[in-house]
Amino acid sequence: MNYETVIGLEVHVELKTASKIFCGCKNDSKSEPNTNVCPVCMGHPGALPVLNKNALELGLRAALALNCQINQHSKFDRKNYFYPDSPKGYQISQFDKPIGEHGYIEIEVGGERKRIGITRLHLEEDAGKSTHAADGSHTLVDFNRTGVPLIEIVSEPDIRSPEEARLYLEALKSIMEYCDVSDCRMEEGSLRCDANISLRPVGSTTFGNKAELKNMNSFRNVQRGLEYEVERQRELYEAGEPVVQETRRFDEATQTTISMRSKEEAHDYRYFPEPDLVDLDIDDAWLAQIRTSIPELPAAKRRRYEEELGLPAYDAGVLTADPKTAAYYEQVLAAGADAKAASNWVMSDILGALNSEGKTFAECPITPENLAGLIGEIGSGKISSKQGREVFKAMWETGKSAVAIIKEQGMEQISDVAVLGPILDEVIAHNEKSVADYKGGKDRALAALVGQVMKATKGKANPALVNQLLIEKINAL
Amino acid sequence: MSGKTVKEILTSIRQGETKSRDWVQQSLSAIEQIDGELKSFLLVDPEAALQTADRIDSGQASEGALLRGVPYALKDNIVTKGVRTTAASRILENYIPPYSATSAQKLEAAGGVMVGKTNMDEFAMGSSTETSAFQKTANPYGQEYVPGGSSGGSAAAVAAGLVPFALGSDTGGSIRQPAAFCGCFGLKPTYGRVSRYGLIAFASSLDQIGPFTRTAEDAAIVLNAICGHDPMDSTSARGQGEIDFAEGIDAGVKGMRIGIVRNLPEEGLDPAIKAAVEQAIRTLEQAGAQVVEVELPHMEYAVATYYLIAPAEASSNLARFDGVRYGRRAEASGVIDMFERSRSEGFGMEVKRRIIIGTYALSSGYYDAYYKRAQQMRTLIRQDYDRAFAHCDVILMPTTPTTAFKFGEKADNPLQMYLNDIYTIPANLAGLPGASVPCGFAGGLPIGLQILAKPFDEKSILRVAHAYEQLRSFAWQRPVLGVAE
Repeated sequence: MNYETVIGLEVHVELKTASKIFCGCKNDSKSEPNTNVCPVCMGHPGALPVLNKNALELGLRAALALNCQINQHSKFDRKNYFYPDSPKGYQISQFDKPIGEHGYIEIEVGGERKRIGITRLHLEEDAGKSTHAADGSHTLVDFNRTGVPLIEIVSEPDIRSPEEARLYLEALKSIMEYCDVSDCRMEEGSLRCDANISLRPVGSTTFGNKAELKNMNSFRNVQRGLEYEVERQRELYEAGEPVVQETRRFDEATQTTISMRSKEEAHDYRYFPEPDLVDLDIDDAWLAQIRTSIPELPAAKRRRYEEELGLPAYDAGVLTADPKTAAYYEQVLAAGADAKAASNWVMSDILGALNSEGKTFAECPITPENLAGLIGEIGSGKISSKQGREVFKAMWETGKSAVAIIKEQGMEQISDVAVLGPILDEVIAHNEKSVADYKGGKDRALAALVGQVMKATKGKANPALVNQLLIEKINAL
Repeated sequence: MSGKTVKEILTSIRQGETKSRDWVQQSLSAIEQIDGELKSFLLVDPEAALQTADRIDSGQASEGALLRGVPYALKDNIVTKGVRTTAASRILENYIPPYSATSAQKLEAAGGVMVGKTNMDEFAMGSSTETSAFQKTANPYGQEYVPGGSSGGSAAAVAAGLVPFALGSDTGGSIRQPAAFCGCFGLKPTYGRVSRYGLIAFASSLDQIGPFTRTAEDAAIVLNAICGHDPMDSTSARGQGEIDFAEGIDAGVKGMRIGIVRNLPEEGLDPAIKAAVEQAIRTLEQAGAQVVEVELPHMEYAVATYYLIAPAEASSNLARFDGVRYGRRAEASGVIDMFERSRSEGFGMEVKRRIIIGTYALSSGYYDAYYKRAQQMRTLIRQDYDRAFAHCDVILMPTTPTTAFKFGEKADNPLQMYLNDIYTIPANLAGLPGASVPCGFAGGLPIGLQILAKPFDEKSILRVAHAYEQLRSFAWQRPVLGVAE
């Protein structure tokens, strides 16, 4: 039998606010443990939450960017459960009125565009971090992360393969970065992903028992965990054994998934409206203002690069994946560079150099204006493409402009006919044999004459132009 | 009634006749003398109180400070930085808060001098202060009688003259009922009037801090100092502006419309209380108030509604007491075991009962039948009052169906205990302000007249209460436990 894979993802994204969601503590979970804490985020008796408006704003921006409908009348709820790193014994989250619902993300699978639905996007607070002693003797809890603002983004079960899951995550990360709501560093935990996966016979409209996968710390591992799970479930079905509804942990070392607990022990979270916070009423004007703060998003940008700039789909994809690359590229264009030439330089040379040195765009020694300058010098024929590579290298090392490097190294090509004319005349006059050979049909003789001109100009003469002028002059003899 | 009023003390200090130290010393001596039997305080810090008094006397409080030099007590569920705060629970037996409640900070800023923390029902759950894990507070009018609750310590301390005022908290009557039982004035302000930041939560949507005083005017003075929007409490009211609750308090009741409830549930109502309240209403009517009848058709459902909403919120509010970060931690073999043992050892029976009721009410499959319906009923009760207050300025009724009961009398019958709150609970559900003012005695025990008004109209309550205080003519009895005049 053929099986269809059904995947839904739950993604938690930490918002880049200055302070925590319900208190004034710094939003920085990497500090010395338990230094960014106060009575509120430590759940002291009598302490009360107050919503950080910026967290709501970033949440709304994310919801709008993911094409969600906004619940302008919204509220917070308590999700009750006991855990040592949950200081209040409940998490302030959103239950039946999330700020965003019914959104979608577009991905490209095999050249086809596909929409993955987003069920909901809600705001909540993060928990602390427990560190268990290896010998089981004790657990240490760091509350710096407690109260860090999160958005939880739940997808529809629209994802049909582990690859689509990875593409969805890449697209989501890219949108979050464009909106400047999160760093989305999965390895640092600012983006976390759980995956629900089940199989069903092709054509079936009901769902099979699902496994919930946890503990995947990279997009690649999400794909691998899901790939393993597809095979595991398929084998069970084919062997006629049941798939147990359960939570499974991805084990990086073995690249497999391991059962954690079965869903029968599922919590009753006893959600109820958070009485310490007032309901949210998001007014039209503020929402409109947030909407205008959303920049052109990657999908639209990619389309524009292809349609308006005429870039190949591959180029458009690479340049728009990360907003910083796109911003750099657009600055190069703004400084007057040709779109395709700029694309080549940014994709291969700039990204290559940044990656090999582990630098970010902020640390890039070549400004977009200077790169545009280099592209201009090559385009106008002042230097050759080959010289261009050398100039690029020098620009990378010194941070100087192309013009300065060309001047310093005396690399300007001579393309001026008035300058080249007398030199050519002299070379022709002194190399009668070569001229005669060329006239006699030996094309190779021309190369010798060009060589003489290059020698006389110390390599600066524009070789293409010299070629053309020599032919004209000899033919006119 | 024993002791001086806040107003008298302020006048004396402001005129330079006395110093704060005199009053604080007097308060400490009274505590020393009487509280061994009364047991209204859980903590008294004479040294700190006298130091504060001296600082104020040496000019560290401004001339205009609202409570300059006046001693007071706080219910032990209002956190005080560096001063042990227990909510009368074993689970917080040694808890030293790292911060102070907004109301405590405001009293300090107003130049008040805290002398100690008062006994209460554990986590404010109870109507007799008997559920305190530490001690039983007596009623100043009879040592075998309870002071009411949950703010029994604050009520007893004020009624006995140990302090001129004290703060309590009222979730279902916990200020008004003990004020009635002990014969002092108790005001529960409108929900949102006083910041809850630093009040150890029982039921967040019902809790409200308010004063116990000897007079309505004193309550106005204290309320002036503690009210106002607090950026640390999202539910504290904004845009109420600067109000002087004492201004216009002596305007009298002429022309005011007093609502009395037609078909008030009277099951279990002591006839002596009914008579005293009717007498009080006649007194106000004779002074020029107009009496109108109003209807509160959903009042009979208030107790049932309250005993779903309050425990539901409490079950969640008390989840933080897990032994991880502060408070009692039991020796245990693992983390779940530690939670269970710490909580089993730390909480008393009544607290456990309410956590279980609340957990049940919020459970999947029961939420719609219980919590959700209770919230719907709450809306209906609120609408009853909205309609009633279209026809009147205040509503009068008894604060309690009975006078103070004896220790142990209702401790084993929680339902009987809960029914004692029948007249006070609706104000919490509707978020209304309400007060209890002494209106007589029955069998030597005080009776309370309850005055309710529409949200943010504490001034009408204070005006009626003040007028009544000037007119009431019953024979005021002396407390058995209290300072001599």
